[in-house]
Amino acid sequence: MSALAAKNRDTEDLNVRARRRRDWTMAGFIVRRLLLLPVMLLAASVVIFLMLRLGPSDPALDYLRLSRVPPTPQALDEARRALGLDLPLITQYADWLWKALRLDFGQSYVTSRPVLPDLLHYLPATLQLAGAALVITLAISAPLGVWAARYRNGLPDQIVRLIAAIGVSMPNFWLGFLLALLFAVHLGWLPAMGRDGWRTLIMPAAAISFMTLSINARLLRASMLEAAGQRHVTWARLRGLSPRAVERSHVLRNALLPVITATGMYVGELIGGALVIESIFGWPGVGRYAVSAIFNRDYPVIQCFTLLMVAIFVICNLIVDIIYAWADPRVRLAAEGAP
Amino acid sequence: MSSLDAELAGDLASHDLIPPHAHGRRGFWREARWPARIAALVVGALALIALLGAWITPHDPDAVDLAIRLQPADAAHWLGTDHLGRDILSRLMAGATMSLGSVALAMALILTAGVILGGTAGFAGGRVDQMIMRVADVFLTFPTIVMALFMVGVLGVGLTNVIIAIAVTHWAWYARMVRGIVLSLRRRDFIAASRLAGASPTQTFIRHLLPATMAQLLVLATLDIGHIMLHVSGLSFLGLGVSAPTAEWGVMIADAREYVWTEPLLMFWPGLALFISVMALNTLGDALRDRLDPSLRAEHGH
Repeated sequence: MSALAAKNRDTEDLNVRARRRRDWTMAGFIVRRLLLLPVMLLAASVVIFLMLRLGPSDPALDYLRLSRVPPTPQALDEARRALGLDLPLITQYADWLWKALRLDFGQSYVTSRPVLPDLLHYLPATLQLAGAALVITLAISAPLGVWAARYRNGLPDQIVRLIAAIGVSMPNFWLGFLLALLFAVHLGWLPAMGRDGWRTLIMPAAAISFMTLSINARLLRASMLEAAGQRHVTWARLRGLSPRAVERSHVLRNALLPVITATGMYVGELIGGALVIESIFGWPGVGRYAVSAIFNRDYPVIQCFTLLMVAIFVICNLIVDIIYAWADPRVRLAAEGAP
Repeated sequence: MSSLDAELAGDLASHDLIPPHAHGRRGFWREARWPARIAALVVGALALIALLGAWITPHDPDAVDLAIRLQPADAAHWLGTDHLGRDILSRLMAGATMSLGSVALAMALILTAGVILGGTAGFAGGRVDQMIMRVADVFLTFPTIVMALFMVGVLGVGLTNVIIAIAVTHWAWYARMVRGIVLSLRRRDFIAASRLAGASPTQTFIRHLLPATMAQLLVLATLDIGHIMLHVSGLSFLGLGVSAPTAEWGVMIADAREYVWTEPLLMFWPGLALFISVMALNTLGDALRDRLDPSLRAEHGH
């Protein structure tokens, strides 16, 4: 009796220790990934900077054009000096980086206002839209994928396959118009324009998420079928667990892992979709601001906008990786070395 | 990591690069199920329209005639006319040349860059490999649309620049795949034999490694091309690609925006053309993948 109790205590102790060690390695994993973050952003900033400087056009010329100064040689020289374009590339980059580290991304050539505050003013609307699209994607694709996998090659599977085939082929901006025509003009259920509460959020978010939810539903179906072929699933079935219980606790849990990874990939797609869709629904996000900056060749805005989007994308992927590591015991335990 | 990876990839490659059933040329058609057959027909018809474009349009796609603006469909104008009295069907057909042509061009650029850079990385190895793949990694950290917007910002507005931008945003995926296949094969005896027989690395690559990558490249390209088409038309919808008078599907949708509430069909047709083309290309890509490369059956998306 006492020997058993002692053994129990021992295993408990081991469990606690294992959990502690696991928390610690998770922390280590997160710290390592966090340390990688500035490196990636730095690399991205170098690419952005080099491409803008080595691109075919002369920023000084665009600067003068946008400030409506006739481009005489003298004015051009002055603009070059003012923008620091006469310095060596490395000096320019160091200069830019030093300012960027203090969150100074320069001023817009058009409005002469600091770039970052303007972008941050529009950013929440875009993030809200992309976030809503992500929620719709997950909420709809999960049941669709499970349904399709449950009735493999049956009618539900065919229906989901058809929906997915349509979803990945439909231009999101066209879908946006179709939704607006149906729900705003014909049925009058939803407002067609603006950003005013959740009712204005539905249509643009739905238009963005159709493609990603299609991809996700198919992916979940495929990974569920793959997970269902594992031996431990056969074992669970042999033990007499109900099909639903097997599906829930043995198939779905494993099948979600690839889906988590894919979520990181299509966060970029959702942000990109938001940038395009905003213009249709009059959504006051960064998309329109960025597009007008591209038309005007307003370099500081383009530069800051791109870096900001990359930062958001990279951070989202970091979060996804952490969730993945947390959800997959193999990653979690591999970090501890051999068990 | 890389040795295990290479071994795995080699294993896959040796089994799957040879099509499972080597039939004659008509094999694909006979084996394909009806969605794939319809898709093949649609893609063929689109390619024909895109090639013949200018010669077979019923009207001049750019002829403005304000007297007949916004007409509904009739015998002369099967799909009606737009806000400048231009024939919509003709513009759709002319748009096919633009839309499909620009996508084909972008794909050619991507494939060239992917094969050259990925092949060099895999074949040369060492520091060259490291450098090319690190650059590719940086490009992969950009979301596609954001990178494309940025490239258009750098290069300026216009269709050529949109095509270049799309190529710049996609090459890294292809380079990675080509490099993986090359890595898995470059230690094989037939490569060593080719080098010993006096063939230069470039010759060896073109003769013996490139054919091995073709099946997977073709599959990836067909699956991707619909996606790229959506990107290109999305950028022209934002007004960054083709300039206004030229017929292109994305621009036609953008042009129709002012009339979307009163003349919704103006926006409907070019979108439908785009939708059908992308769907046909995707279906064809799926069928090709199932036939040429069963190892790629996992869902593809980025």
